[in-house]
Amino acid sequence: MPLIRDGAEAEDTWTFINEGDLPSSGCITVPLAKLTEESETLLARNQQIGVRLEPADDPYDLTPFLDRIAMIEIDFPKYTDGRGYSQAQLLRRRLGYTGELRAVGHVLRDQILYMNRSGFDAYQTSRADLPNVVQALEEYSAFYQPAADGQTSVFTRRHTKA
Amino acid sequence: MYRYDEFDAKIVKERVDQFRGQVERRLSGEILEDEFKPLRLQNGVYLQLHAYMLRVAIPYGQLNAARMRKLSKIARDYDRGYGHMTTRQNIQYNWVALKDIPDVLAELAEVEMHAIQTSGNCIRNVTSDHFAGATIDEIMDPRPWCEIIRQWSTFHPEFAFLPRKFKIAVTAAEHDRAAIRVHDIGLHMRERDGVVGFEVHVGGVQGRTPIIAALVNEFVPETEILDYLEAIMRVYNRFGRRDNKYKARIKILVTETGAEEFTRLVEEEYAAQQVSEKIALPQAEIDRINAYFAPPAFEEKSETSEAFERAKIADAAFANWAKINLHPHKAPGYTSVTISLKPIGGLAGDATDSQMTVMAHLAETYGFDDIRVTHAQNVVLPHVALDDLYDVYRELDAAGLTTANESLITDMIVCPGLDYCNLANARSIPVGQEIQKVFSDPDYEQDIGKLHINISGCINACGHHHVGHIGILGVDRKGEEYYQISLGGRADEKAAVGQIIGKALRHEEVPGAVKTIVDTYRDLRTNSDEKFIDAVERVGVEPFQEAIYATD
Repeated sequence: MPLIRDGAEAEDTWTFINEGDLPSSGCITVPLAKLTEESETLLARNQQIGVRLEPADDPYDLTPFLDRIAMIEIDFPKYTDGRGYSQAQLLRRRLGYTGELRAVGHVLRDQILYMNRSGFDAYQTSRADLPNVVQALEEYSAFYQPAADGQTSVFTRRHTKA
Repeated sequence: MYRYDEFDAKIVKERVDQFRGQVERRLSGEILEDEFKPLRLQNGVYLQLHAYMLRVAIPYGQLNAARMRKLSKIARDYDRGYGHMTTRQNIQYNWVALKDIPDVLAELAEVEMHAIQTSGNCIRNVTSDHFAGATIDEIMDPRPWCEIIRQWSTFHPEFAFLPRKFKIAVTAAEHDRAAIRVHDIGLHMRERDGVVGFEVHVGGVQGRTPIIAALVNEFVPETEILDYLEAIMRVYNRFGRRDNKYKARIKILVTETGAEEFTRLVEEEYAAQQVSEKIALPQAEIDRINAYFAPPAFEEKSETSEAFERAKIADAAFANWAKINLHPHKAPGYTSVTISLKPIGGLAGDATDSQMTVMAHLAETYGFDDIRVTHAQNVVLPHVALDDLYDVYRELDAAGLTTANESLITDMIVCPGLDYCNLANARSIPVGQEIQKVFSDPDYEQDIGKLHINISGCINACGHHHVGHIGILGVDRKGEEYYQISLGGRADEKAAVGQIIGKALRHEEVPGAVKTIVDTYRDLRTNSDEKFIDAVERVGVEPFQEAIYATD
């Protein structure tokens, strides 16, 4: 499935392993429960490891692993389920996660700007009419509230000399 | 009134361009209706029975002449010559073509208006007291904070796909005209030791299972309120139910978790916020927004006006209207005028394009360019000098806008019902009109005094029937319209949900039943000062039940 990272099409080197045996090589993501239960084995692998969060998962459960994982995928089973935005904000702003944060699942063009502002930097989307998707990130030039993208809020910009 | 700066203007313009692109992609088939739905909804576009409906935001109900003229022009050019004021202080157009909506939004942007977040599962238009900045019973003007909350909630990236819609109301007056206790978040402005802050109520709602909000915090200082709201929103976004649309409002989270535990979750999330996560609203920004709401330059006047007194003696109809439709103003010699959009037999909340033009002209000429839409679906000119009142009245009268029924029994809240809405089970408008006819004698109506009838055509309660002193709910019984009547509901500072009094009645029985209720009240009230709602509170619903159902 097409992948957009940092605003451009990118190659996807990650595989999600829901259950069953792990491949002997390659970068993998696993469900949160698997990571917490088998963390020693998983983190001992030579390859990079990541995790996939479902909407009900608590990002705080990742606290002990955050400096040892290179990828967090946040799943949007339906685009209308907005829990992933809070998970992303918590990971980026409160828990200090700096690795790749990827939106997977029902990811649509018109949600990507909100995702980007919430701290995502990669999107796996089946609707990758790419120039159009990248445009979505540029539709607004100012934002009222601070978020995980580090943009200065309009509230503050109004009182800062350019 | 707040005016857009370069940032506000740019954001709204960018929204118009964005939506134009979305509509183009929809019309070309590039995106499916299912994917288009959340996009159009966050722009106030509903697919209704007959056509697309466009709901335009009127933040905290505030308009000026230029905005009202634009609303009038849109009604004329893109609709069938009228607009419908809603219970959330917005305006709806029922007959707009989808292809025209980007142009309508572009026209709105010219007068600093938009349709952002007027629907969808996001933070909706912030509502407030329609007499804000004018009434004698407020401790301060709540509108600056409504505006700050409007901006903060606009395109908030974390809270655009909440479990369900989310409504915030703010008041600063002891008598609550903003119905804050039946909102998802109700904020009551308070002052403590010279610090401005908010009493925070969460989880109120109308809808299927009405609930009065829980008091979650008695005082959050103004400098912390946005961060506190973020904490509430995050707890709701993470833990609110998403498995059942009818259990997805924040009230369910509050009641199922328990108000105490919910409060603990909010406080915990709030305490965990790091400095880098705070909104850090600059004091200069609070001051900047406050400055837009400085009181107009009222002239020094005496409490009474000779011209006003003379006109009342000369014109009995004017005197009658002035007795009913005025609200005390904080400046001597001024008053707030309610323009009732509830003529007998009319469509509650509807205004024609020419009526809108008249209201715009009056606001500009006599009213410091200020107009409000009320949650009871009327319009208010908040600042009119008593000296000018008769001129205002005559112009209103020529436009059919002097119905003298503010807060009386014929001033009903009525949802569009089955005549327009595809959620409804029953018609609301004709029921309201038939009840109005029963009480069309002004002496009879005024003898009854303040009485709110609220009518909804289905359990979604857009007509606020739960909090009507008399609530009427349309239900469908095997294809026939029936109406359930409740008594004792109220939306003010003593907010309560009405009690259903018995089996649902057939359409044609409703006006008679309402008359029976009213006449029962007139018989049992202690004196003419005891209001209907107070009498119901004193005697309970039994005497009314007996009067309606005893003969069965």
